[in-house]
Parts: sequence; structure tokens; C-alpha cells
Amino acid sequence: MTASGTALRPFAPPAAKAPRELTPLLLLPAIAMLVLMFLVPMVLFFVRTFMEFPGSNADFVVQAGDLLFSQPYLTALATTNWIALTVTATVLLIGYPIAYYLATATGPSVSVVVLSIVLPYLTSLIVRTFSWMVLLGEHGLINDGLRAVSLIAAPLTLMYNRLGVLIGMSYVLLPYMVLTLYAAMRGIDAAILRAAASLGASGFYTFRRVYFPLSLHGVLSGALIVYILSIGYFITPALMGGQHDIMIAMLIDRELEVAVDWPAAALMSLSLLVVTLGLYAAYYRVTDVRRLIGAR
Amino acid sequence: MRRRWAALLLRLYVATACLWLLAPNVIIVILAFSGEGYLHFPPSSLSLQWFARFFGDVQWQRALLSSLVIGGIACLVATTIGFFAAYAFLRAEFRGKKLLLSLMLTPIIVPSIITAIAMYYLAGRLGLIGNFLWLGLCHAAIAMPIVLLMLLAALHAVDPNLERAALGLGGSRLRVFCRIVLPIALPGILSAALFAFLASFDELLIALFLAGVHAQTLPVRIWNSLNLQIEPTIAAVSAFLIGVTTLILLADGILRHRRGRRHRQTAG
Repeated sequence: MTASGTALRPFAPPAAKAPRELTPLLLLPAIAMLVLMFLVPMVLFFVRTFMEFPGSNADFVVQAGDLLFSQPYLTALATTNWIALTVTATVLLIGYPIAYYLATATGPSVSVVVLSIVLPYLTSLIVRTFSWMVLLGEHGLINDGLRAVSLIAAPLTLMYNRLGVLIGMSYVLLPYMVLTLYAAMRGIDAAILRAAASLGASGFYTFRRVYFPLSLHGVLSGALIVYILSIGYFITPALMGGQHDIMIAMLIDRELEVAVDWPAAALMSLSLLVVTLGLYAAYYRVTDVRRLIGAR
Repeated sequence: MRRRWAALLLRLYVATACLWLLAPNVIIVILAFSGEGYLHFPPSSLSLQWFARFFGDVQWQRALLSSLVIGGIACLVATTIGFFAAYAFLRAEFRGKKLLLSLMLTPIIVPSIITAIAMYYLAGRLGLIGNFLWLGLCHAAIAMPIVLLMLLAALHAVDPNLERAALGLGGSRLRVFCRIVLPIALPGILSAALFAFLASFDELLIALFLAGVHAQTLPVRIWNSLNLQIEPTIAAVSAFLIGVTTLILLADGILRHRRGRRHRQTAG
């Protein structure tokens, strides 16, 4: 194939590359759609909301300052960070061995593991959250099971509190971590590991000194993507959390639905958006964006 | 010896983790067939009563229809537009390519509550709340980056030399595109289309804000009933959605298999 390709080249110059004038034409529909359906609503929402603010600029700055230093906002900020960090650490601990297994094992068991990660990954978010609500409820499977074997007398509170949010979000975000780690680990050269072994390193020593450092790149990418997705989470914490587990996204929704305060919602959205895009820029620097959804 | 123990321990751990990952889905599917009046596991009898209630209820029927129509629009638009973009990204070299790609992927990253509110703001101004076509286009904007990423991975395997050869033999660009590029890329395009449909079919927040009364989708109806009271019909609806996801994964597996075979044929 390579030989015939080179032989043909004199007759058909750089033909397989889309000619320069065609590229913008091919990209135009996608860019137009993203601008019209995504960028324009976003910009309009922020600009118009701030412009329609009744009162002077000075009033606006004072009110914005009050809002960003108000107790509910600061509490939600702390809660969001705490939950996002805990979820990131949890899925990293749970996911690392699974990704390691996927990257090193062979045979049909690998397909089974991939399927058990991809099926929940693609199942509707609301369905996954509902499943956990059924499992963790006061008369859910876990409480009933524990009571049936007399391990507990009264039902445990597993939901409508911080624990419920952590369980639900870890479950939903684990596939992102595993797929990101797996993509990075697949790139680790097995010859290096064999070399370490042939030089007399034990299995654990090779893992600790060779494999793990080489996988740190994937750990960073995975942690970033899970953290980015966590801080904007709404559905799972809204359904599984209690009144002390208000995350930023829920506060934004509440400003809009309960208080109907558009400027406040826009201001909080803007702060969340800036942090998210900042972290995405970091993600862009450390990893290949094409791995964002773990497409194989 | 120690090594073997470690390997065994790892297998055991991965098996447990997989059970944990699959258990919620499996339990919901079993509960959907419960013969009892409330959600209790394991059910003492089996029946199809909740499915009958789901498919027999006019409101659930309407939600299913809305989901299908909106998903269809999103899938068609996102796949067509995403395919052209993916093709340009693969075959053309231009400055700022990586940056442009990462910008085009931002809908995946931006918290969906912000996207939903912004789209709600615009749709409200334009009087388009509850409009199927508009909601479909909004979902297409979210699904397009997913199509783009999947096609970038899938079309990577299509050999540019084949196009080069066909063009060298005198085929017009349009003819080469229709007779060479499209047929080879087709399994990948179909896979991407399935996932674009799924992205819209499962999407909740944008639909929640933009659906109004008329265009409520299945996830929106589930959300509304979860916030009121948990009724067992939701288990049947959930089982249905899990079934759709499983079917799409299955179809994707078959398409992947065919793609692999074709790739080997063209390479060999």
C-alpha cells in the first residue's frame, strides 16, 4: 500500500488532504451551530442580565460583592469543593486498580469489565440516580438486607445526606476516571516493565518505581476531568442530598426558581463558568482533548 | 508466589467492582417486573403491570414520543454537521487546529445547569419554549461534540491513500466522497449517530428548562415524579431506558466489528 501510494503521488499531488478552500466549508456548519445554539445564548444571558440590572454601576458592584461574600454562597462554595475533592479521591482509589487490570489483562474477561463500565456510563443519569435512591432508601435493599441478617436494628440514613451525594456522584463519575486512566496506561511500554523485572526488581518494586510514576499523567488528567464535572453537578446532589448539601449548581437553580433573581443567578453562573474554563485550560495543557469522553 | 496472590486479589477486586457497577441497573430491571404494589426487593411475584401502566398511560406515551422526535432531530443534525467537521479535522492541516477542537468541545465541559439556563433565557425571549424543533437543535449542540470525538477516533482508520488513488484515477471530488469516503466511514457514522441519539434521549436539564408543558421528555417526567413521590412505574420506564442503552451498545459492538473487518480488508 505504501509503495503504490508513493508511486501515485506524482499524478495526484496532495489530493487526499481536503483542499484549503474546502476546509472552512466543512467546518462552517459545526462552528455556526455552536455559535448560534451555545455561544450566543451564553453571552446574551450574561450580558443582558447584567445590563438589565436596575440601579447604577456602583449599586451593582456593591450587590455583587454582597452576594459573593454572603453566607449561603460561601457555604455552597465550601460544600461544592469538599464534595468534588472527596469524589475525585474516591473514584481515583476505586478506579486505579480497575484501569490497571484493563491495561494489563488479556482474554474475554477484559470485554466483560469494559462492558460493566460502559453500560452504566451510558445509562441515563436520572435512571442511575433513581437506582441508588431505591437501593439506599429507608426501606431500600441495603437497609432491608442488613436488618434481615440482624446487623442493625434501626434503618441507617444512607440518603438525603452527604453520604448519599458521595455514593451517587462517585458511581456516576467512576467511568470517566477509569477510561482516562486506561487510555494513559495503555501507552505504557511493556518492554520497560520487562526490563525492570529482568534486572531483578520485584513485581511490587517495578510497580512502585516504574509503572506508577509513568501512570501519574493519567491520574492528573482523570482527577482534573472528574473535578471539573463534579463542581457543576446538579441532578444527583439535588435528588440524593439533604438540606446541608447545597452545591453551587443547586444554589443557581434556587435563585432562579424560588427567588427569580436573574442577576444573582447570572453572577454565580459566571463564577462557576470561569473556574470550570480555567480548569479546562489546565486539562488542555496536560492531556489530549480527544480523550475527553474516553472514545476508543 | 506472592505475585500470584496479588494477581488473584486484583481479579477479585475488579470482579466486586463490576458487580457494584452493574447491580443498580440489574436491580431496577428486576423491580420493573415486580408483581407487588410498591418497590420491594426481591419481588415476591412477577408481572408486567408496570410496563402496562407505562405504555398505557397517555402522558407517558406523549413523553416517549417527545423523546423520540427530539432525539431524532438532534441525532440527524449533530451527526451530519459533526461528520463534516471531523472530516475537516482529520484531512486538513491548519493553524490553531488543536485549539479550535478544544473550543468546539466546551459544551461537554460547561456545567449543564449554566447551559440550560442560558438556552432557557434565549428560548424565553424568542417564545420557543416547548418547541420540539428548537429543543432538538439545542440537544444537537450538546451531542455534536460527542459525534466529533467518536468520528475522529473512528475515521482515523480510513486510509487517505484510497482517496488519493481514486482522485489520481480521475474521480471527481464529489464522486470520490460518495463512492469511497462515505461507504468506508459508514459504520463509524452509524455508531456516532446512535450515541448522538442517546445523548439527547437521556438529557435532562436542558429539556427540563425548555420543554414547557408540551415537549416533556421521558427524563423530565421521571424527574417530576421523583420529586413528588417514587412510583413503581418509574422502575419500568428506567428498565425501558436501560434496554435502549443496551441495544445501542449492542448495535455499536456489531458496527465496530464490521469496521474492524473492513479495515483489515483495506489494509491487507
